[in-house]
Amino acid sequence: MAFVQDTPKDSFRLGMLIYDTRYRSITIQVIVLVLFLAFLSWLVNNTIENLAAKDRTFDFGFLWSRAGYDINQTLIPYTNDSTHMRAAMVGLLNTLLSAFVGCIIATFLGVFIGVLRLSKNWLVSRLMTVYVEVFRNVPVLLWILLASTVLSETTPAPSDFRVTEAMQAAGEQPKAHMLFNGSVAITNRSMNLPAPLVEHGLPRLEFLGLSLNSNVLAFLIVFGASIYANHLLRSNARRVQEQTGRRPVTWWKSLAILLIPSAALLFALGFHLDYPVMTKFNFRGGMELLHSFTALTLALALYTAAFIAEIVRAGIMAISRGQHEAAAALGLRPGRTMSLVILPQALRVIIPPLISQYLNLTKNTSLAIAVSYMDLRGTLGGITLNQTGKELECMLLMMAIYLTISLLISSLMNLFNRAVKLKER
Amino acid sequence: MKKSVFLGTLSAAALFAGIAGAGTLEDVKARGVLNCGVNVGLTGFGAPDANGNYQGFDVSLCKALAAAVLGDATKVKYAPTTGETRFTALASGEVDVLIRNSTWTFSRDVDLKFDFVAVNYYDGQGFMVKKDLGVSSAKELDGATVCIQTGTTTELNLADFFKANNMSYTPVNVGDDTEAQRQYLAGACDAYTTDASGLAASRATMPDADNHIILPEIISKEPLGPLVRHGDNVWGDVVRWTYFALVAAEEYGVTSANIEEMASTTTNPEIKRLLGTEGDLGAMLGLDKEWGKRAIAASGNYGEIFEANIGSATPIKLARGLNALWTQGGLQYAPPFR
Repeated sequence: MAFVQDTPKDSFRLGMLIYDTRYRSITIQVIVLVLFLAFLSWLVNNTIENLAAKDRTFDFGFLWSRAGYDINQTLIPYTNDSTHMRAAMVGLLNTLLSAFVGCIIATFLGVFIGVLRLSKNWLVSRLMTVYVEVFRNVPVLLWILLASTVLSETTPAPSDFRVTEAMQAAGEQPKAHMLFNGSVAITNRSMNLPAPLVEHGLPRLEFLGLSLNSNVLAFLIVFGASIYANHLLRSNARRVQEQTGRRPVTWWKSLAILLIPSAALLFALGFHLDYPVMTKFNFRGGMELLHSFTALTLALALYTAAFIAEIVRAGIMAISRGQHEAAAALGLRPGRTMSLVILPQALRVIIPPLISQYLNLTKNTSLAIAVSYMDLRGTLGGITLNQTGKELECMLLMMAIYLTISLLISSLMNLFNRAVKLKER
Repeated sequence: MKKSVFLGTLSAAALFAGIAGAGTLEDVKARGVLNCGVNVGLTGFGAPDANGNYQGFDVSLCKALAAAVLGDATKVKYAPTTGETRFTALASGEVDVLIRNSTWTFSRDVDLKFDFVAVNYYDGQGFMVKKDLGVSSAKELDGATVCIQTGTTTELNLADFFKANNMSYTPVNVGDDTEAQRQYLAGACDAYTTDASGLAASRATMPDADNHIILPEIISKEPLGPLVRHGDNVWGDVVRWTYFALVAAEEYGVTSANIEEMASTTTNPEIKRLLGTEGDLGAMLGLDKEWGKRAIAASGNYGEIFEANIGSATPIKLARGLNALWTQGGLQYAPPFR
């Protein structure tokens, strides 16, 4: 006891900052912080000095000047008279489209392959192992290039679809034919599908500078309401079943609720399909799905699916065998064991690493330039950067946008994770 | 105390980083090597030959410049640049001079802070299509898919041309000439557009060159020339007058073959000044007397370089046209050497 009381309390010396464990960690943190701030200020100062030396300014005014170039895939109205800002928006939407579709395909494919990899069937499980090992061990850029080459080399040129008068006179057939009764054409540039059009549509909605297609919006609202009504119907049926032991027949009511309102809306809007037609050089009309988009999205999805499959497999294997056995003892078939018992529990293990795969896929869309897909990197970070010479501004803006997208995805997925994680009561 | 010394060093380093690269001529002399930004691969203008050595119309100017400044035409480090990377490479100081089919435009000269010192090739944008497409004029390209190099002036000209003629098109934006050529040959686009000289060069390397035609329309002015960073006038003068020395040499009949003979026998004072046997123009540039002589000896005068790389005897078969000397009805003209 005497020792404790003898400890000196006052007399603070400078050396104690290093030799006293009470202060040492604070000292180190302060030094590191100062060094970090100094480095940061040096970086900013260096940039400013170099910009000044080159007589260059730093401003984002160029975003509101005329872009002057054209883009081959635009999800929102865009012409070469639009601004660079608009071009960047077009690129951003192309990036998001590819990332969104890619993530969905990768998730379905990844879960499917991950589950099958654990199959008791030797052939199936080995095939899935081969898939995973092949896809995740080859750089994704090569998969993108391969997908693009396969799509463009195995398909006919648009000119092969053309029927000239001379050919008609000679009774010759064109080299290539459209599929599905003349509604779909696959050329070496794009896939041309029938496009849904409306005869008497609603006016476009202007919202925060964006112009929204109110026909699509109306359809989504009606269809969403139908799904909700169907959900009410089914939960009502379940309640009746729990009370009386007999489940009322609902399938025709479900079908009617889901289909009739949407069909009525489409009829009222004058819905019809616009089929692609061959013109002098290309197919016009209909909906054009560029091969650059398909190649990029498909390759990214196939590549990421291999990683997701491994995550799913790890998640399933983390569930104790007792769960399988308990489910089997209750008489559940293997398929229902998987979907009702194993997967819901495995989700808790799967979701955190799945977030980072989604982020990877989204960031990998910036490889789009390899197949001439005009994503954010192609418009803002490519053509705009070059035509305006604003490297620093464009790069910073692009980094900020990718960062925002990634943070949004991970916060959404974290919300989902919170919803499915183990509830401790 | 120590901390303030450290911060002082940091800010000094930052200051020097800002100042470095002010005198390119001194930098090149001290380094002993000229960093020349050239095309990644455009046959005839700047492309590696079978042995991996860069050759071409633009590359010859790099050699002449190295010969003038360093006394050795081989002391060049070639930095291949694409349409997208070239200006960043020059602005950042990675290359000393960019000689890469770059169009002289207002915004590049003024806004991007570069100086175009001369025009070594007067060009214009054209279209190439496959013969069996049955198109004989660019005005018939309504609805076509067009391959185009991204980050170039041609991208904007294309948009303007189709707009002015009230036509539509689908662009396919590709990284460089080689990739554009591959996409065009694979049928990903109906037409390929770039400078007419570039089209001729691309066509010359195609296995079935006869199946492709270059349409008659020239839709833009593309004065191509060497450029340097803005504000470094000493270096800009060196590049400009080295180029003019090659043009003047052609005008006065000085070739790589007769240059020694001319230097010793000529009585024309202008040629004497050009070759350094009279006056001291070199010293005014910060070089020695014989800079012009070495520049011409490196790969010949302007006409020789043209004929050897892209002229009618080569597969590219470009006529002199606008690039003939002013004495022969062209635009190539060197101011007086005095």
